[in-house]
Amino acid sequence: MFKRKFISALVALVATTPVLAYESSYNMPVGVTPISREVYALHMTMFWVCCAIAAVVFGVMIYSIIKFRKSAGAIPDKTLLHSTKMEAVWTTIPVIILIALAIPAARTLVTIEDTRNAELTVKITGYQWKWQYEYLGKDIAFYSTLSTDSNEARQLHSGIDVNTVKDYLLSVDHPLVVPVDTKVRILLTGNDVIHSWWMPDFGVKKDAIPGFINEAWFKVLKVGHYTGQCTELCGRDHGFMPIAVDVFSKEDFERWIAAQQAATKVAHAAPEPSPGEAIAMTSRP
Amino acid sequence: MKTVSTNNVSADRHDDHKPSGIGRWLFATNHKDIGTMYLVFSCIMFFIGGAMALAIRAELFRPGMQFFDPGFYNQMVTNHALVMIFGAVMPAFVGLANWMIPLQIGAPDMALPRMNNYSFWILPFAFTLLLGSLFTPSGGPAGGWTMYPPLSLQSGNSFPMMIFAVHLMGASSIMGAINVIVTILNMRAPGMSLLKLPLFCWTWLITAYLLIAVMPVLAGAVTMLLTDHYFGTSFFNPAGGGDPVMFQHIFWFFGHPEVYILILPAFGIVSEIIPTFSRKPMFGYDAMVYATASIAFLSFIVWAHHMFTVGMPLAGQMFFMMSTMLIAVPTGVKVFNWTTTMWKGSLSFEPPMLFALAFLFLFTIGGFSGLMLAIVPADYQYQDTYFVVAHFHYVLVPGAIFAIMAAVYYWLPKWTGTMYDMTLAKWHFWVSTVSVNVLFFPQHFLGLAGMPRRIPDYNVQFTDWNMVSSVGGFVFGFSQLVFVWVIIKAVRGGPPASAKVWDADMPGLEWSVPSPAPYHSFDTPPDVH
Ligand SMILES: [Cu+2]
Ligand SMILES: [Cu+2]
Repeated sequence: MFKRKFISALVALVATTPVLAYESSYNMPVGVTPISREVYALHMTMFWVCCAIAAVVFGVMIYSIIKFRKSAGAIPDKTLLHSTKMEAVWTTIPVIILIALAIPAARTLVTIEDTRNAELTVKITGYQWKWQYEYLGKDIAFYSTLSTDSNEARQLHSGIDVNTVKDYLLSVDHPLVVPVDTKVRILLTGNDVIHSWWMPDFGVKKDAIPGFINEAWFKVLKVGHYTGQCTELCGRDHGFMPIAVDVFSKEDFERWIAAQQAATKVAHAAPEPSPGEAIAMTSRP
Repeated sequence: MKTVSTNNVSADRHDDHKPSGIGRWLFATNHKDIGTMYLVFSCIMFFIGGAMALAIRAELFRPGMQFFDPGFYNQMVTNHALVMIFGAVMPAFVGLANWMIPLQIGAPDMALPRMNNYSFWILPFAFTLLLGSLFTPSGGPAGGWTMYPPLSLQSGNSFPMMIFAVHLMGASSIMGAINVIVTILNMRAPGMSLLKLPLFCWTWLITAYLLIAVMPVLAGAVTMLLTDHYFGTSFFNPAGGGDPVMFQHIFWFFGHPEVYILILPAFGIVSEIIPTFSRKPMFGYDAMVYATASIAFLSFIVWAHHMFTVGMPLAGQMFFMMSTMLIAVPTGVKVFNWTTTMWKGSLSFEPPMLFALAFLFLFTIGGFSGLMLAIVPADYQYQDTYFVVAHFHYVLVPGAIFAIMAAVYYWLPKWTGTMYDMTLAKWHFWVSTVSVNVLFFPQHFLGLAGMPRRIPDYNVQFTDWNMVSSVGGFVFGFSQLVFVWVIIKAVRGGPPASAKVWDADMPGLEWSVPSPAPYHSFDTPPDVH
């Protein structure tokens, strides 16, 4: 109970500190889901615990290096061979620290694994080298590939200054669209090789493996545009299959869904409909 | 371990007869010659693997593709790892074992000298195959050193070459390991009980058992890949009812103990050097032995911490999180024992001690990030990012490789009979230590800020730290030429080293033979009491 309060206090503290809460170029993002914030708190707790241990251990090392120098006339105490008491202490204390760290971690893990009661399910398939998003039960499906300007700039000797490209390597033609404040379940699989779907701001990373269906979930608390990347080496263009998610308000999402379904219907009504066509319509050739 | 009465100094005149010509090396059975060959081979591989690393750092210096096709970049990533692990670090430890284990236990040679020759001479063939695969029309292996299917099954003609190379490396390691075990268990000088064994021998003995346990597992895994690719089996192919995740379980059942194969001998080296230059016996010798054994045992039950994102049952994730965290306990015992060994010592800072101290600090940093990685929810954010890259490079470069350099600086005078250039060696130390941190520390930031590993290009937000890291990489890489120069100078000549070499009171038997160690030493076993 206390631990939980401590973590939420830590999260609140961090989230209200503007410098830390903003996009950091040297630390993990706090993120926009309850899980990502818990994970951030865990990460920072681990970090400070490691710092505290380091301060003690490195402190003793540095003290010894300065204090017990031969050049300063230090005489070795050769009787210092072992001490059961000391050994018991430095075995027990780490065990206690580890248990204290494992408990909140285990609690967060249980929450992460609980994919029940999702309000929306999206199936995500990794391809070499793009993602496919299928909204289960909504008859919407499309591919998501690296945007054209990034793709041109990233060619060898393209001559394009990548600093001028918007969201270089992180922008896609068709981002995944999800509603805010909604528990979204994702089902992940791979079509050819193993990929991994990572959205740092959501605290979600899960492998997309051929022949397997993996599950994960997120509930985004803030409308916005978020980016991530594939994190499992999947061949030549592994670095070039980004992930982008647009989080809409619930009303905007409903409008978006309706528009998509209308487009799909038009596609189905076309002279030679095929199941794959709807997908092809909304994706780049 | 204790004091020694030496009777070999008088005997070394006729013992120094060496075979001449190329035959001395081709048909070598002398542990010192084979040790030297291993070390030279490892050094060459260190520079080849290093050149690949610099190619990677050059491409990553700024965003946009400057030099390579992404496919070639993947080949560099894959081969850098294979060359450094199997070509540089492991052979370096085997070389040190060959040179030092017989000298430390008072044996005339390794127990199985012909197998020793064989296990070395397999390696040049293995690496000719592996590196040769880079010149096949479809290029070298590019699926990562972890060889995960189905991706690795997409390789071209480099694939069977890589697999056969891995088989050869495995066979070589197993033979090396058998030799170490047989030598240590049977050829110790009378009176040297196991709990008087120098810690370098202890850690190697345990490493050798790890090698015998896991190298066949790797061989099995890659053989299944081979039959999946060429003989229509479906061990890992889901379309045929196979399971790609099973490969990862098998691979990491080898892979995690492999991590300790790469670090336990380093623990042994540091446990030799810190007492010497603290002029005090090792604190908690028995605890060190038991800690090493516990780490080795735990290494078999933590493998899935490399695969938390593959989707495991909750109970499985919990188990592997806890068991991984548990490793911090015996590792902590080691760090505390080294620290306490320095406590109330009389410290001096010759190059081996400098490298051992850098090991102590920087390996511990790698240990901390390792502990963070064990926390499953946080690992979801760290997995396959530069945070992991920073973590294992801290453990392997200022960890394993610094320990190897410390060992070379510690025992080089015993090998060459001359004192090396201390000033140059200290320069090597300071430039390496500063640049290795410039190289790897910013990679923690990159990973946390969201940069995945194994990508040839990145968003502009990652530019600054990548530039810093690349600068560190180039300085670190080129400063290793100083290391080679120090060694070459020492081999060519220099002020003669005494049998003791260091101004300290070391109990090790290796210091009872003259420097350079005669070609045949300990023909009659020394007395240890
Ligand atoms: Cu990928
Ligand atoms: Cu591991």
